[in-house]
Amino acid sequence: MELFVFVCAAAMVLVGAVGVITRNNPVHAALSLVLTLFGIAVLFVANNAHFLAAVQVIVYAGAIVVLFLFVIMLLGVDQAEDLSTEPLTAQRPLALVVGIGVAGVIIAAIVKSQDALLVRGTGINSATPEDADANIRQLSRSIFSDYVFAFEVTSVLLLIAVVGTVVMSRRQRGQHVEESA
Amino acid sequence: MNLAVIEPTTSWYLVLAAVLFGIGTVGVMVRRNPLVMFMCIELMLNAVNLSFVALSASLSDINGQTAVFFVLVVAAAEVVVGLGIIVSIMRRRSDATADDLSVLKG
Repeated sequence: MELFVFVCAAAMVLVGAVGVITRNNPVHAALSLVLTLFGIAVLFVANNAHFLAAVQVIVYAGAIVVLFLFVIMLLGVDQAEDLSTEPLTAQRPLALVVGIGVAGVIIAAIVKSQDALLVRGTGINSATPEDADANIRQLSRSIFSDYVFAFEVTSVLLLIAVVGTVVMSRRQRGQHVEESA
Repeated sequence: MNLAVIEPTTSWYLVLAAVLFGIGTVGVMVRRNPLVMFMCIELMLNAVNLSFVALSASLSDINGQTAVFFVLVVAAAEVVVGLGIIVSIMRRRSDATADDLSVLKG
């Protein structure tokens, strides 16, 4: 059963990922990204990360991809990009070699470090029907005690990102946006 | 061999994450549309998140999931700023690709 879940989710992830880099219409690429993100969320559930699976669907599929689609449609860049011509002839084969190389090096490291995977930590609570929020409780205890400083810093980071984006995309007073946009 | 007794181990998840990261790398290098390049960066971030979660489950350590939480927050901030930059570039020239932006080098 676990094998079945893994195979289905892995197929979703890989098909979606290949779709992102091969579809020449950006809208299709964004929808392929949704497929990948849902596959990742399924794998999170399979690894007892129930809260993160929910956050993955809400934040990534619900917010980030919608933001992508919003920008695509706002800017009208949804016409298909011509992928058949390549200005730099060596780029695609080189990119393929580098990509396979990166994946190969990581896989080699995984195979070499099999023994390190046998270490056991302090234990992880997974949600059960009797105790549905065990995972959330354990995760929040970790965030709000051990990592509370990092948590505060990320909230400052989010604030800076919001203010920076507003400042960047705001039009100056009296400045007219170019016609024929 | 009975398929029902095979259970996916942590290494399977890590190898899947490595392949996903490789696909994302290829995408960033091959695609010219800045929006699609951003999506490929999201693929790479998700590959890292997947290996964090798989290792967190295999090592019975909640800190891996905490790291994923922070990666999610930073990814959201990164997308907001990046899309803001893309919008302000596209306002000037609506069909800009990553190649056209080489004028930025001054």
